[in-house]
Amino acid sequence: MFLLDYKKLNEYRSEALDSLVPVIDVCLGLKSYIYPHQYSYPSIFIYGHRASGKSHVMHVLMKELEVREISTPFHCLDTDASLLSALLRLQELVEDNVTVILLSEIAWDKFRPNTGCFEPLLLHFPDYSKSELQQILSQNVHPSYSAGFYSAYINILLGVFYSVCRDLRELRHLAALNFSKFCEPLAEGKVKETDTHKLWKHIEPHLKKAMQTVYLREVSSLQWEQMQQMEEEEAGALRGLSAHTHVELPYYSKFLLIAAYLASYNPARTDKRFFLKHHGKIRKTNFLKKNEKTSNHLLGPKPFPLDRLLAIFYSVVDSRVAPTASIFSQISSLVTLQLLAQVSHDDQLDAPKYKCAVSLDFICAIARTVNFDIVKYLYDFL
Amino acid sequence: MATSSVSKGCFVFKPSAKKKKKTLSLESYFVQGCEDAESSEIRFRLCQELWDEIKTDTEVLQDELNRTILDSLLDFTRKCSSTRQNSDWTSQMRASEIPTAALMLGVNVPDHDMTFQSLSDMLKQSVSPHVASVQAKECGALKHLMKKVLERLMDTVVVVDDEDEEENVETSPRVHRSMHCSLGILCDWYTARTKKSPTGTPGKKRSSQVRDEQQQPPVVIIFKDLEAFNPRVLQDFILICSQYIDRLPLTFIFGIATSPSTIQHMLPHSVSSLLCIELFQSLSCTQHLATVIDKLILASRIHFKLNGKVMQVLIGVFLYHDFSVRNFIKGLQLALLEHFHSQPLSVLCCKKKQALFNVTQLSKPNLDRIRQLPSFKRYVEKQEAQEQVNLMTDDSHLKEVCQQLIKDLHKYHKNYYPILRCLHTLTSSLPRYPLGKQIRELYLICLAKNVWENEDYQSAMKLVKMLAKGEMVSLLQKCVEILQLSKSKKMKNALVQLEELLAKFKQLDTATEMTPTVEASIPSPIKNLQKKTDLFQLQKTLLEMNESRRAKRLSPFENLRNEALEFIDNLVKSHLSPPESQPLYEVCYYSSSATVRRHLNATPRTSIQAALSNPYYYLQNDSLKSEDGTVSNTAPDICIAYKLHLECGRLINLYDWLEAYSTVVSAAEGNDQDSENFGKVDEVKHARFIRAVSALEFLGFIKSTKQKTDHVARLTWGGC
Repeated sequence: MFLLDYKKLNEYRSEALDSLVPVIDVCLGLKSYIYPHQYSYPSIFIYGHRASGKSHVMHVLMKELEVREISTPFHCLDTDASLLSALLRLQELVEDNVTVILLSEIAWDKFRPNTGCFEPLLLHFPDYSKSELQQILSQNVHPSYSAGFYSAYINILLGVFYSVCRDLRELRHLAALNFSKFCEPLAEGKVKETDTHKLWKHIEPHLKKAMQTVYLREVSSLQWEQMQQMEEEEAGALRGLSAHTHVELPYYSKFLLIAAYLASYNPARTDKRFFLKHHGKIRKTNFLKKNEKTSNHLLGPKPFPLDRLLAIFYSVVDSRVAPTASIFSQISSLVTLQLLAQVSHDDQLDAPKYKCAVSLDFICAIARTVNFDIVKYLYDFL
Repeated sequence: MATSSVSKGCFVFKPSAKKKKKTLSLESYFVQGCEDAESSEIRFRLCQELWDEIKTDTEVLQDELNRTILDSLLDFTRKCSSTRQNSDWTSQMRASEIPTAALMLGVNVPDHDMTFQSLSDMLKQSVSPHVASVQAKECGALKHLMKKVLERLMDTVVVVDDEDEEENVETSPRVHRSMHCSLGILCDWYTARTKKSPTGTPGKKRSSQVRDEQQQPPVVIIFKDLEAFNPRVLQDFILICSQYIDRLPLTFIFGIATSPSTIQHMLPHSVSSLLCIELFQSLSCTQHLATVIDKLILASRIHFKLNGKVMQVLIGVFLYHDFSVRNFIKGLQLALLEHFHSQPLSVLCCKKKQALFNVTQLSKPNLDRIRQLPSFKRYVEKQEAQEQVNLMTDDSHLKEVCQQLIKDLHKYHKNYYPILRCLHTLTSSLPRYPLGKQIRELYLICLAKNVWENEDYQSAMKLVKMLAKGEMVSLLQKCVEILQLSKSKKMKNALVQLEELLAKFKQLDTATEMTPTVEASIPSPIKNLQKKTDLFQLQKTLLEMNESRRAKRLSPFENLRNEALEFIDNLVKSHLSPPESQPLYEVCYYSSSATVRRHLNATPRTSIQAALSNPYYYLQNDSLKSEDGTVSNTAPDICIAYKLHLECGRLINLYDWLEAYSTVVSAAEGNDQDSENFGKVDEVKHARFIRAVSALEFLGFIKSTKQKTDHVARLTWGGC
């Protein structure tokens, strides 16, 4: 949100502006809404995807116009609708030449209050097309290489990444990270600058790997740069963030988590069958209801009360456990570790409800460490 | 205190300044209710000395353990701040990511505080004075998070740098607080600070070298418990920070208890792409515990010891409940305090010289206490008749003997731990770990009873007998290294013998080549085997074969291996006897596992049940005393109601319950059994009953049910 105050404005220099911003048209369009010497339009709403030049345009514009700006990012969707309506008519309220410019990645329709409000001017910043991206990225030529060579590199880069990422900022970042690798054969004297095909052959697998690792931030940019300098085998040893999923837990916490998982994914009526030694005869047709079967894991975890969790816990844990305070505190520890989620409100002391928030793979790994065959106890896999 | 208010409620009474109680010193707390007040002062002092020693030891240990991870973390922050200041093409092109260290700390959250404390201290010392740490619970909303970060960053600097501006310290936080909370302010503040710093602010605790390489020290923000943060708040904060990254060199440190994938769960790609995340793995808590046990428990230098059961409780709490090393040390502290508080003879639990002196100062009642010690009684029984009489009657003789016994106890400890370690090195790598993988497991076995009588010990020894030469020699070499550290005479002797054995092993290499194999001369029964078809004969031959193989002359290596094993076995038998076998062991060993368990692992439900079924236990009122588990009818209402409800089935009829209650209470009031009013429900009894029932409902013993009118459902079973 920018508030423009035109009192400070001395002169208006439009010619300098044009050369700076790639999306000149938009800028010119925008300029036409902002008048320094007369009241301008009270509010402008600009939307477009990430890195489509919104802030940049604004930044340059502000600089050029030499206006005072105040900016505070906030969640319009959360805030009171009345605040938004007030902002949109700020000009009337302060009786001064003020324009509110709202920047967003979301379309205006999502914000419009039910009660109706002053409609701002809508401006859409469309995503850059592939050729535009090519054009913009090619501007940042490495000083020691020719423009044509760099442009070829950008072309290859876009060929790999354009399908997954159109974020200009991210692409520029990736271009910087991988350029040294691209230049490698050139430095070794194997290839000429013009031999694009060979260069492509060299860089393509590397870029594919980058897409799976550094783009997803599985490895950090710093690590990625180090990896390029290392030998292939060494680099392979570096594991991404999501590779570390193993969590070491105290013994009873493991069983509490297992009990929570069972409570979340088994229907409560089947507890008798799983955890009672002499559960009597349960008719199979009745027990295995068709629609219920195999669907529990697709539907996600269901909430369960504390009593049920403890009942299952005492039944699955192999030794007699005294109901000590630390058992209960372990439940709340699991909640803070986000392995369990408390469904009921924090204030509800009586019969709180929880959900298990871990995956099947995770719980299987945990169960294996305590020699507990969890699949045998899951209704879905019966 | 009385109020003039007519309504019920809570009133705050500020204590008047005059009536302030004198705060008791630690010592007077200790002395209060202490057995044998005379020696309590000395005991308090000893206890405190020991605790101080343990405390500093743990701190040093903690620092050592954290050093590697902290060093790499410091490297990372330095590297980040240096790459940022580069101005080549790549760094200009790269999106300005916020360097972020994901610090994997494990689920033992209580221990993290210490780590973060030393981390932020080290960061302040060697990287940047601008370090702020935030916790999730103080940052429910973005506003709060921002406020905390600003406050901590700007305040610390005020305190650290301008020591001569003490007066400003008090006013400045207020100024900041009233200010508009935004990162822009922080930016301005930062620029102002860094402009000043090259000229050299006095009192800045940074070495000149560091200052040279960093004109712009990074601003480090530590998120202590990432999992607990509200993801929305965190995302917004990171988004805002990324807007200022070119002006403000921020660095984040995420403390993660579970796994790094948490970051991906909490932050969408659009946010995590603003971070340059690197992973740092800290030492696992089990390894940490192992080092703590190694340094504090298995050390003859600290004279206070835990017996097997107490150890078991502490290790159990660690493994089964919390994984927290800090809590383990707290448990140790509790045991230490309890020991010195409750055992008057703990005056002897100190360094040898002091202990010997304290023996001479023992009072008459304390000498009698020594005579009552079970271990001392066992010792007396072994003596001759005249000596027995002397020990029981002659105080000065007793003192002399005690001095000798204390000396023996110290020697015992000096020999015990090296041998324990040797045994551990020999057995810890055996298949299936018959004596445990960790030394604490072996220690528990040894504390419980004579380890050599243990089946596992025998099977372990059998396995050791099968070790190949290379392994055997390297293990013995490790034992030599352990024994070299010990200064006691016996251990030095053992060391010499072990070294001789090792030398023999090494000689074998050259000797085996010389001696020709004689095994060929033994007649092979296999040849005869083919002729016989009788089953009985076959069995006999096989048995013979087995015999002959056993009787077969052992190779020199096998001989030597057996010799070495026998040597180890003898060492174990002479030094690893359990502490209970040592006279006066009670002086050093704390053995009340029940106390420790009660304090560390509270059982609220058991306590409630104990209070309800046996009110005397807590109220200590003689009229409530009762045998055979019955509740006296003068007990509090809730106890009577509880007792009556135990006799009911799943559903309790409220009216029947009330009738029964009224009868019991009437009997307590001493009403005549035959009178008309006996057992009749009056208003007061009714009200008391209702109150008791609702209290039981609150405690979770019953709940209302719609299955039957005027009935409540029972929720607990058993546990009378």
